[in-house]
Amino acid sequence: MLKNRGIAFKLTLLTILSTSLIFSSIFVYSYLFSKKIIHKKIRENAKNLTTAIVNHIDMVLLPLEKVPQGLVCFLEHTSYTQNDLISLLKSIVKNNPDIYGCAIAFAPYKFDKHLLYFSPYCYKSNGKIKLKYIGSDSYRYFYWDWYQLPKELGHCVWTEPYYGKGGGVIMATYAVPFYKIINGKKEFMGVVAADISLKWLQNIVESIKIGKTGYAFLISKDGRFITYPDKRFIMNETIFTVAKEYNRPYLRKIGIEMIHGCCGFVPVYSILTGKKCWLSFAPLSSSGWALGVMFPQKELMADIMSLNAHVVMLGIIGFVLLALVIVFIARSITRPLSALTDVTKDVAKGNLDIKIPYTHLGDEVGKLAQSFDFMRRSLKDYIKDLKETTAAKERIESELNIAAEIQASMLPRTFPPFPERKEFDIYAMMHPAKEVGGDFYDFFFIDENRLCFLIGDVSGKGVPAALFMAIMKYLLKTEALRGVSPNEVLNRVNQTICPDNETCMFATIFLGILDVKKGIVYFANAGHNPPLLCSKNRGVKLIDVSKGFVVGVMDEVIFESQSLTLAPGDILFLYTDGVTEAMNTDGELFSVERLITSLEDILKDTDDVTLIVKKVQDKIKDFVKNASQSDDITMVALKFKGF
Amino acid sequence: MKVHFNYSKKLKLALYFLIIFLTIYINAGDALALLHLTFIPQWRPQAQFAGYYVAYEKGFYKKYGLDIKILTGGPDTPSNEYLKDKKADIATMWLSSAIQMRAHGIRLVNIAQIFQRSSLMLVAWRSKVKTIKDLNGKKVGVWGTIFMIPLKAFIKKFNLKVNIIPQMGSINLFLRGGVDVATAMLYNEYDKIINSGVNPNELTTFLFYKYGFNFPEDGIYVLQSTYQKYPKACCAFVKASIEGWLYAFEHPKEAVDIVMKYMFKAHVPANKVHQTWMLDIIKKSFFYHGIRGIGRLYKKDYYNLAKILKQEGLINTIPSFKDFYKDCYVEK
Repeated sequence: MLKNRGIAFKLTLLTILSTSLIFSSIFVYSYLFSKKIIHKKIRENAKNLTTAIVNHIDMVLLPLEKVPQGLVCFLEHTSYTQNDLISLLKSIVKNNPDIYGCAIAFAPYKFDKHLLYFSPYCYKSNGKIKLKYIGSDSYRYFYWDWYQLPKELGHCVWTEPYYGKGGGVIMATYAVPFYKIINGKKEFMGVVAADISLKWLQNIVESIKIGKTGYAFLISKDGRFITYPDKRFIMNETIFTVAKEYNRPYLRKIGIEMIHGCCGFVPVYSILTGKKCWLSFAPLSSSGWALGVMFPQKELMADIMSLNAHVVMLGIIGFVLLALVIVFIARSITRPLSALTDVTKDVAKGNLDIKIPYTHLGDEVGKLAQSFDFMRRSLKDYIKDLKETTAAKERIESELNIAAEIQASMLPRTFPPFPERKEFDIYAMMHPAKEVGGDFYDFFFIDENRLCFLIGDVSGKGVPAALFMAIMKYLLKTEALRGVSPNEVLNRVNQTICPDNETCMFATIFLGILDVKKGIVYFANAGHNPPLLCSKNRGVKLIDVSKGFVVGVMDEVIFESQSLTLAPGDILFLYTDGVTEAMNTDGELFSVERLITSLEDILKDTDDVTLIVKKVQDKIKDFVKNASQSDDITMVALKFKGF
Repeated sequence: MKVHFNYSKKLKLALYFLIIFLTIYINAGDALALLHLTFIPQWRPQAQFAGYYVAYEKGFYKKYGLDIKILTGGPDTPSNEYLKDKKADIATMWLSSAIQMRAHGIRLVNIAQIFQRSSLMLVAWRSKVKTIKDLNGKKVGVWGTIFMIPLKAFIKKFNLKVNIIPQMGSINLFLRGGVDVATAMLYNEYDKIINSGVNPNELTTFLFYKYGFNFPEDGIYVLQSTYQKYPKACCAFVKASIEGWLYAFEHPKEAVDIVMKYMFKAHVPANKVHQTWMLDIIKKSFFYHGIRGIGRLYKKDYYNLAKILKQEGLINTIPSFKDFYKDCYVEK
C-alpha cells in the first residue's frame, strides 16, 4: 500500500508517526509521573485534613466524656444523699452547654432497698434546668441500650445516635458504669448517662467543603449516617444499606473498615454527586464513629488535566507545523524529480533535443539531472550512428540480394532443360547457406551427343566465393566447349586461374562428359566428393574416383581422366560436402552412409531425378531439424535412360 | 302556541330530571355513610404492616364500605391494651399474646391469621456459636416475655442452659458483644445486623419454625362484641387488608414507598433496602401455607402453641378454637 505512495507522503507520514510516538511516550510518562506525584500529595493532604478534623471533634468529645467520668469517680469513692446527687446533676447540666441532660440510673434496689427504679435526671428545657425521675413500668431503663451496654460491657459507651425529644436534634448518650466494693466484691451499682446534642458535630462536619463538590460525613459504630449533605440519609440509612441500594459492594467493604476503626484512602464514586472521588476516612478515638471526607478527583486533578490539555494542544499545533515543513522539504526534492520524470517520458518517446532541467543544481538532484543529460546526449549520438550503420547495412543487404539473384541466374534452373532429348534426365539444385553461395553446378551439350555436367565447391562462402565461382563456371564452360577431355578441361582452367589467384581461393570440381548414345561417362575429379552410382542391379555405391587436387592453387597439377559406362536406368548422383556434412543440433553429420541409405529408400519408390533430389533434400531437413544451415547444399542427379 | 307548548314540555323534563337526581343523591348519601373503625398495628410503621397501609392508600377499605383510621402502634401504644380498652376496634398482635388474653378473660377473636410462618430466630456470632450445643452457657439477649415463649420451648427441647439477658428491641448489645446471642425477627433485626456491617458468614442463625416451633405471629383481632355487632365489616376489613397485602407483594416498590411515607410521618428511621427485605420475608410468611392458607388460622398451629403456653403456666385453660377463630376470608 505504502510502496505506491510518493516520497513526500511517505516522508511526512513516517516522520509524523515516529515523532508522535516519541511525543506520546514522553507525554504519557510525564502525565503518569505527575499524576502519581499529585496523587501522593493529595493523599498526604487528605490524611492530614481528615486527622485534623477528627482531632478537632475529639477535642470537644473527650472533655465531655470527662464530666460523667468525674461523676462516677465521685459516686464510687464517697457517700452521698439524694440531694447531693440532684445538685451535682444540676450543676453538670448547667455548666456544660453541650450536655443536654444527665442521669444517674441506679440498678434495682441499689440506692434504696425498696426502690426498683431510682434515676434522677436533670435536663435543659426552655433555658431552665429541670429534674425528673425516669424509670417506671412503662420505662424500664434497665433494658435500654444506654444502661445495658455499659453494664454488660463493663466500660464507658457512646450509644448509637438517636433523635432527641421532639425529633429535631440528633443526640447520643455517653454512659459510664459505676461500681462499689461491697465485702471485697466489685458490685455493679448503676450507670451515669449524659445526653449530648450532636448539633455542633453536625455543624463542624457540614462546614467541611473540598473544592466545589467535595464534602464530609460521619457514620456511627453501626455505619449509620450522623451527618451527610443529603439530609434523607441522616439516621435513616447506614453505609451498608446505601451500598446495597446503589449496588456498590465495595462500599460495604469500606464501611466495614470504617466502623472497625481503620484509616484509609480509596477511590469511590460519590453517591451524592456521581463523581469519582477519593474517600479518606479515619475513626474518632472517643466514640468509635468514623469520619469520611470525599475529595473530588476531577477538581483536584484539574490543574494537571489543564496542563495536559495545553501540552496536547501545543503538541498538535507542533505536529501540524512539522507536517507542513516536511511537506515543503519533500516537495523541494520531489518537484525536480517529477520534472525529470516528465522529461524522461519525452526522451523515451524519442525527443532527444529536449532541455533537461535542474542541471545547474549542485546537489544530488543536480547530479542526477547532469547524468541524465549526458545520457541523453550519448543516446542522441548513438542513434545517429545507428541510423548511418543501418542505412549502410540495408544497402549491402540489397546488393547481396541482387548478387544472389545473379548467381542463381548463372546456374541452369529450367527443368527439364532438354525436353527433346529422351536419352537422359537431369535435375539439379543449389541452396546457399548465405545469400550468395560458393557451390555451383552446370550442364550443357558440347556437341550432338556429348553432355557435359559438373559440380563444384569454392572455398569460403559469401560474395568472394560467389565471384570466384562465377569465374570458375565461365572458364569451365569455355574450356569444355572446346571439345577437350574432362581432365584437360580441369588442367586448362587450373593453369588459367593459378597465376592471378592472389587470394588463394580454390575449388573442388567433378566434371563429367556423357556420351548419350553409348552411355559412357568420361570424367575427371579435382578433390571433390566422389559421386554415387545408383543402379537397379548393383544398388547405390560410390564410384571409384581418383581423388585429384583442387583447382586454383597449384598450376603444375595434372588431372587424370577416368570413365565408366552407365547401363540404361542408372543414375549418377553428384553432391557437395554441404550434403554429407549437414549437421543436426547434436553435432552429428548427415554422412555418406546416411546419404546412401536415404537414396536406397527413395529408389524403392521412385527413379524420377527431380523427386530423388527433392526427397534427399527433405531427408536432410528432417535430420538437421532446427539447426541452422552451415554450408551450401548442392545436388545433381543424372539418369541415363539408354538409346 | 307552538313555542308555549315546547316551553312547558321542557319544564316537565327538567322536573323529571330533578326528581331522578334527588333520588340518586339521597341513595348515594346512604351508601357514603361508611362504617368508621379504628385500627392499630402492634408496632411503629414498617413493612410488617405494608398490607394495611397499602389497603388504606389504595382505597380498598373504602371500596369495602369502611372508613378506617390507622393509629400508630409502638411501645407507648401497645395494641393489645388499645383493643382491650376499646381505644381501637381492630388490632394486630401475635397469636401467643392473643391466646393469653383470651385465656385471661378478654373476649377477643382472631378474624385472620396473616403471618403463617414464624420469623423469630436466634442470631449468634459464628466465632462463638456454630451448633445448637454451643449455645450452652452463652448470654442470650431477649426482648420481653412474648419472645421468651418459643425460646423457652427451644431451650427445653435441646436441654440447654443459657444466661438470659432481657433487653429492649435493640441490636446494639449484640453488635457490641454485650450478648453472644440475640433473639431477632428474620424480617427486621437480622437484616439490621447485616445493615450494620456484619456479613452473613459471621453469623449462625436458628429459625424457630425449623425446629418445630412455628408459632404464627401477626393476626387480626377484634373484640367478640365488635365481631357480633359488625360481622360483615370485620370480614370486609380482612378482605380489604388481604387485598392490600396482595397488592403490596405485586408492587413491592410502591408498597415500600407507602410504608416509608408513614415511617417519616412517625419519625421512625427508614430506609428502602431494609423495608424491601422486610416485605420480601413477610411475603414468604404470608404464603407459607400456599394460596389456600391465606389469612387462615390452622387448628394444628393453634393447639401446638396453646399447649406450650399451658405447659409454661402462662394459661390455665386452652380457649376453644371455635370461639377463638372466626374464618372471614372466604376467597379460598
